[in-house]
Amino acid sequence: METTSTFEKIFRGTALTLVVLFFMFPIFWIFLMSFQTNETILRIPPSVVFTPTFENYQALITGKLTSAAGTLDIAFMRNLGNSVFLSVASVAVALVLGVPAAYAFARHKFRGSEDIAFTLLSFRFAPPLLVLLPLTQYFQWLGLSDTYFGLIWVYQLICLPLILWIVRGYFEDISADVEYAYRIAGHSWFATFRKIALPLAGPGSPLPVCLPSSLPGTTLSSRWCLHRPTSSR
Amino acid sequence: MTTLQLKNIVKRYKSQTVLDDLSLSVADGETLVLFGPSGAGKTVLLRMVAGVIEPDEGRILIGGEDMAEVDAEHRGIGMAFQNFALFPHMSAFDNIASPLTATRSSKEVISAGVHKVAKLLKIDHVLTHHPKALSNGQKQRTALARALAGSPPLLLLDDPLRNVDAKLRFEMRLELPRLLAAQGATVVYVTQDYKEAMALGDRIAVMSQGRIRQIGTPEEIYNAPADIEIARLFGDPTINLLDVVPKEGPDGVYVELSNVKIALSGMPRTVVGKTCVIGLRPETIVFADAGSPGAIPVTVEAETPLNEKTVTLVMTVRRREVLVSRPAGMPGPVSGPAHITVDGRTAFLFDKESGALIASVGASATCNGEAA
Repeated sequence: METTSTFEKIFRGTALTLVVLFFMFPIFWIFLMSFQTNETILRIPPSVVFTPTFENYQALITGKLTSAAGTLDIAFMRNLGNSVFLSVASVAVALVLGVPAAYAFARHKFRGSEDIAFTLLSFRFAPPLLVLLPLTQYFQWLGLSDTYFGLIWVYQLICLPLILWIVRGYFEDISADVEYAYRIAGHSWFATFRKIALPLAGPGSPLPVCLPSSLPGTTLSSRWCLHRPTSSR
Repeated sequence: MTTLQLKNIVKRYKSQTVLDDLSLSVADGETLVLFGPSGAGKTVLLRMVAGVIEPDEGRILIGGEDMAEVDAEHRGIGMAFQNFALFPHMSAFDNIASPLTATRSSKEVISAGVHKVAKLLKIDHVLTHHPKALSNGQKQRTALARALAGSPPLLLLDDPLRNVDAKLRFEMRLELPRLLAAQGATVVYVTQDYKEAMALGDRIAVMSQGRIRQIGTPEEIYNAPADIEIARLFGDPTINLLDVVPKEGPDGVYVELSNVKIALSGMPRTVVGKTCVIGLRPETIVFADAGSPGAIPVTVEAETPLNEKTVTLVMTVRRREVLVSRPAGMPGPVSGPAHITVDGRTAFLFDKESGALIASVGASATCNGEAA
């Protein structure tokens, strides 16, 4: 046990507060901006005193932005819905496929297992544009272009290796003896996976779930999605 | 209760042979101790019996039944691991209950079973704790309780006392034989501690480099170690090993230590003139007066008083170190010149080249568990 003096506690608290304020301020500022009109946002000097307005939120939800210049259609809700659905669905698929695969790679060293695991990871190294054209072609032939199914499939390129490699590490951290002990106690292989391996790797699961979820909208996905507006029109 | 037979087990990892054509059988209700240095293959062997490692060759029979196609969960085994291997996300109760939940027993049956074994191991007051909140001793008892809970006919205990402190180890060494007897199970017990092996084993199998070097009762192994290595492993302080060349006199074979003759009556003539190693247990050597027959002159180098015995390091005239052990409280020289006598009837004679036992002269040598 280490003892900390009162001064140290106060100093530490103050320092932490300052750091948090510094880094959180831009987010706080954007949050404030969301309640302001263009004029109040752009005035000089800026001020935190203003009459809050819900116009912006209203516009996002109704899909119509009315300003001095005229009205503008924005398909925000539909796009957001698409993104949410695609993220959830592709991460779900990646989890269903990736977690058992990660377990297999962690527990069973078979011939070529390292090579397979590395090949899967190498999809992450490839420049997205490299696969964009051929994939587009193939997907058009297959009739998968511009479908949820096709997009979720492509997202596996991003999600699966990530989940596989992160979760594998968590499985490897669990002592094999703990699993052996459960099996010897009379439980099946699957019960051991469910009751021992999964709960013990559990604390690490939010990370692989969150990480790929945030990816749609970046790199491959954004380029891949480029053709969507044109084709859906 | 059940029997266990291992037939010609071979296990290789890459080019290394971990178990080399090993055969072993354990009788119904017997406690067999697998004893040997680390890397001897004891743990691999135990895991093979448990069904979590597969042998490359050979057969494992439990209760006469071939286990080749039987998964770990159907072998009816209770196992305690060296590192406890408790389920960290479950309470001690759920840990101990795991063999019972596998059989889909009712809640009452499970609870009764867990409490019974927990009481036996004196951990009934910590059943709600998670492993993190348990002391090492409690962890070890929980692991044992888990192994015992399902009343398995075959118990595998992989050095369960390795990671607990000396005091607890001593306590458990006294407690375990009673516990195991009450269980009535056939037990395979792995240890690196010869005292534990002597205290717990009906028989001891001494392993090294994937083979069984000697198998027998604790007395047999202590009184007739098959080779120098085994003689060295059993006994504290370690056995004295001195190079000698036996000679033949009118009264039979004898050896000379510092020009003093020690008769090895009953020793075959074939050893005469061969380079041998004589093994003398420190407790069979006694200090004597200068004039007494067979007294060997030595110089006392150091004395280590232990609780129950005093160990003295002495140097012979030819600068060979010899350990002498005597019960605590018995007077003896502390420094300077002294004399010791050696009883040829308690000596072992080993072949220098092969290390194998030629003969233990006195089969009458007694043995106790502590080898004091």
